[in-house]
Amino acid sequence: MAKITLSHLAHSYLPHPASEDDFALKEMNHVWEDGAAYALLGPSGCGKTTLLNIISGLLHPSQGSILFGDTDVTEAPTTARNIAQVFQFPVVYDTMTVRDNLAFPLKNRGAEPAYIASRVAQIAEMIGMEDQLGRRARGLTADAKQKISLGRGMVREDVNAILFDEPLTVIDPHMKWALRTQLKSLHREFGHTMIYVTHDQTEALTFADKVVVMYDGRVVQIGTPEELFEAPGHTFVGYFIGSPGMNVLDANIEGDRAYINGAEIPLSRGYGELGGRVQIGVRPEFVSLTADRDGLPVNVRRIEDVGRHRIVRADFFGTDISIIAGEETPVSADMNRVTFRPDKIGVYVDDWRVTGGAA
Amino acid sequence: MEKTVNHKAWFLVLPVLVLVAFSAVIPLMTVVNYSVQDSFGNNQFFWVGIEWFQEILTSERIHNALGRQLMFSAIILAIEIPLGVFIALNMPKRGIWASVCLVLMALPLLIPWNVVGTIWQVFGRVDIGLLGHTLAAMGIDYNYTQDAFDAWVTVIVMDVWHWTSLVALLAYAGLQSIPEAYYQAAKIDQASRWAVFRYIELPKMQGVLLIAILLRFMDSFMIYTEPFVVTGGGPGNATTFLSIDLVKMALGQFDLGPAAAFSIMYFLVILLISWVFYTVMTNLDKREGA
Repeated sequence: MAKITLSHLAHSYLPHPASEDDFALKEMNHVWEDGAAYALLGPSGCGKTTLLNIISGLLHPSQGSILFGDTDVTEAPTTARNIAQVFQFPVVYDTMTVRDNLAFPLKNRGAEPAYIASRVAQIAEMIGMEDQLGRRARGLTADAKQKISLGRGMVREDVNAILFDEPLTVIDPHMKWALRTQLKSLHREFGHTMIYVTHDQTEALTFADKVVVMYDGRVVQIGTPEELFEAPGHTFVGYFIGSPGMNVLDANIEGDRAYINGAEIPLSRGYGELGGRVQIGVRPEFVSLTADRDGLPVNVRRIEDVGRHRIVRADFFGTDISIIAGEETPVSADMNRVTFRPDKIGVYVDDWRVTGGAA
Repeated sequence: MEKTVNHKAWFLVLPVLVLVAFSAVIPLMTVVNYSVQDSFGNNQFFWVGIEWFQEILTSERIHNALGRQLMFSAIILAIEIPLGVFIALNMPKRGIWASVCLVLMALPLLIPWNVVGTIWQVFGRVDIGLLGHTLAAMGIDYNYTQDAFDAWVTVIVMDVWHWTSLVALLAYAGLQSIPEAYYQAAKIDQASRWAVFRYIELPKMQGVLLIAILLRFMDSFMIYTEPFVVTGGGPGNATTFLSIDLVKMALGQFDLGPAAAFSIMYFLVILLISWVFYTVMTNLDKREGA
């Protein structure tokens, strides 16, 4: 087990990348703590799997280096890195029994037979396949095969990290929940560093201590689920996490006031001169619909009742915004104004959050 | 609903029936007819029952030809299957070289049998052939028209040259269908090269390899043109395989009766072996489904 350091790491699938656009993974510097559970979250094609394969050594980065603990492993082959990886689609050795499949990584490393037997039994219990150990893996269902893949990934206790590449894609929804919970408790029990790639925010937020949000080949924010929710570092994080995503509005900032179409919005912090495209972001949870004359005018267009709360879709000076209204909050026809909670408004310049000083 | 009974539709099957009759049933029955009769010319035939079958079954000549045939098939399978798999494993997986390799590999398969025979017949000649002359110049006593061993080596090398590509291409197709993740997982599990072959590549190639073995077995068991062109079955009877012997018997000696009995048994043997293969393969599929 070790902390993972990514130093000036970047990767391009082209042999001679010319501009930054040619990089599937743009230069990054991060240190990932030992024993934490990370989720790599982002839309398809944002470089999550590329990053994962670089960590596991299946891919050699175009530049930069990667360290496990204090050892530089950039040039080390996969076999020498002592990591486990579970892939999106089940990989099982068809002609072997379930037992042999689970024992395979241990056997290849020359472990004691008695240790292998006890470890396999333990893993089999965890994935709920004790009674199928003697069966040939060929012909099992996709989710049984994926459970074997997961089991094989976790059978070794001494790994530097366990990497998961959207491992629950082929699993039934109810099983998904159970396995994810199990992974979580396993993480607590053994303390392996786990890196979990997914494009599903629920999966990322429930699994991980730290979520790494990726967008267009870049890590845009690393943070706890709360941090990502409370203070998105990039408008993409605001948009991608949360349902519905954060409202992002073009604005002019003067000190501790934001102006949209001349309407004034108070902020809790003060900002200096800002260049570039200036926007404010506020989550629908911190916008309220009101009849109060102090609010700003909106045209309510639609109200969606999603059970726990209602989502109000409205037009605010020509921009669509979403407002979440609690179940107990009445929505009436005369409520055509909105207010924003000043302390929950973020200011973004060219999509990146800027922190202001005290107002 | 009451089912309408109308047998007129059967007439629609007639054209096919006629076609099959002329192309398969009548020729086959002619052979069956010959196999139970004898003739002294003038189109007069005598019923002899199963005499020809008894004669063929006890004929030393046929036993020897069958022995040579089995030996030939066994040797070429033992060489072509592992060699084909080995070549497939070493072919580039993608890129321009993969295409170049595929085309090169396919070339021998596109050459007609008797041309292959002629190529090797000339190639191996001691007086003008590149191979034969070179070997002679190196002081190696090689002459496929006089030495039985040399004739065998020539015929086997020719078959390997002609058909290993087929095995290699089938095995290559099997290998190409293996997702990259399997190899990645094997790396992560620290599997040895042998384990990758044994537990990933071989199981995935199993189906195509069975087809390759079946095709190569049947083809080699019926081989005629190439050895006939190269050695004519000689020297002596050293490379007289079943088909060559059959043609000698039927057209050389005009012994229609024994040749017909021989043909029928030859056909039944191939049918039997194909059936065994088919059963084995479907059983494998069933095991996969279980």
